[in-house]
Amino acid sequence: MLILECPYCGVTGEETEFHGGGEAHLTRHGPGSSDDDFENYLFLRENPRGVHFERWRHVNGCGKWFHAARDTATLEVFGTYSAQTTEPPQDIKDAITAKRPGWSWREFK
Amino acid sequence: MSETSALNGRGTEGTTTVRDTGLQGMITLRGNLASTKLKAICKEITGQPMPKAGQAHVSGDTGLAWMSPDELLVLVPHGQAADAVARIDAALAGQHFLAVNVSDARALIAVEGAGAREVIARLCPVDMSPEAFGPGAFRRTRMAQIPAAFWMEQDGSLRVICFRSVAEYAFGLLSTAAKSPAVGFL
Repeated sequence: MLILECPYCGVTGEETEFHGGGEAHLTRHGPGSSDDDFENYLFLRENPRGVHFERWRHVNGCGKWFHAARDTATLEVFGTYSAQTTEPPQDIKDAITAKRPGWSWREFK
Repeated sequence: MSETSALNGRGTEGTTTVRDTGLQGMITLRGNLASTKLKAICKEITGQPMPKAGQAHVSGDTGLAWMSPDELLVLVPHGQAADAVARIDAALAGQHFLAVNVSDARALIAVEGAGAREVIARLCPVDMSPEAFGPGAFRRTRMAQIPAAFWMEQDGSLRVICFRSVAEYAFGLLSTAAKSPAVGFL
């Protein structure tokens, strides 16, 4: 079972208290963008075995959206962080590097 | 305003009891909880200081509970809820905030007795050990299939808030969980 800590209310809860919101750090490409960018934004998702970044919502709690960095194979959570960011903060990246040296995910490593 | 609560004062008997506390005034207040004006009007209405994250300051049917970084639950006697909203509106005019009387959208159920912690622990994914959850602690979470929130009173009893539309379900859950004898770990 996945145990997540909500960075807004500080509650550590198991996954049924939360709701997954899909992949994190997508860049929206709307009208006027190239077909490739739009296809990438709308359809193409990472499906890694290992380090992954996701959006989650504390739906049965404070109701806030946040980001989580976790391992899809072991369910280990490297850290959760604010939704008001377009890339993982350095301390989250460092925490992942400490446990999974050489990791990469999209443009981050 | 509703004249009866959803459960109409129902209750169970036994060593751990579940009972409807009747009508309770509840106001959802969203805004900047660090604002001096907001703190002042909440103190004026309830007499309670601003609770920290995961805390509730409640005395009888009046109090404040921390719902999220920008949301408070203001508890007042049922008949005073509309007046309290008007006072908040007047005090915070000009600020970015929202105050709504949600009294009749909610139900409040008391779980009392020696096994109260265990009743909640059977239904919610929350550590209910005395070290983790003591008097004054407040938590919003999932209770079986519904969202719920609860806090612990000074005497160790618990007060559970849920939506009025699922009050019957919540009462059924709590009274069923209260029937079995306490395991004794909490």
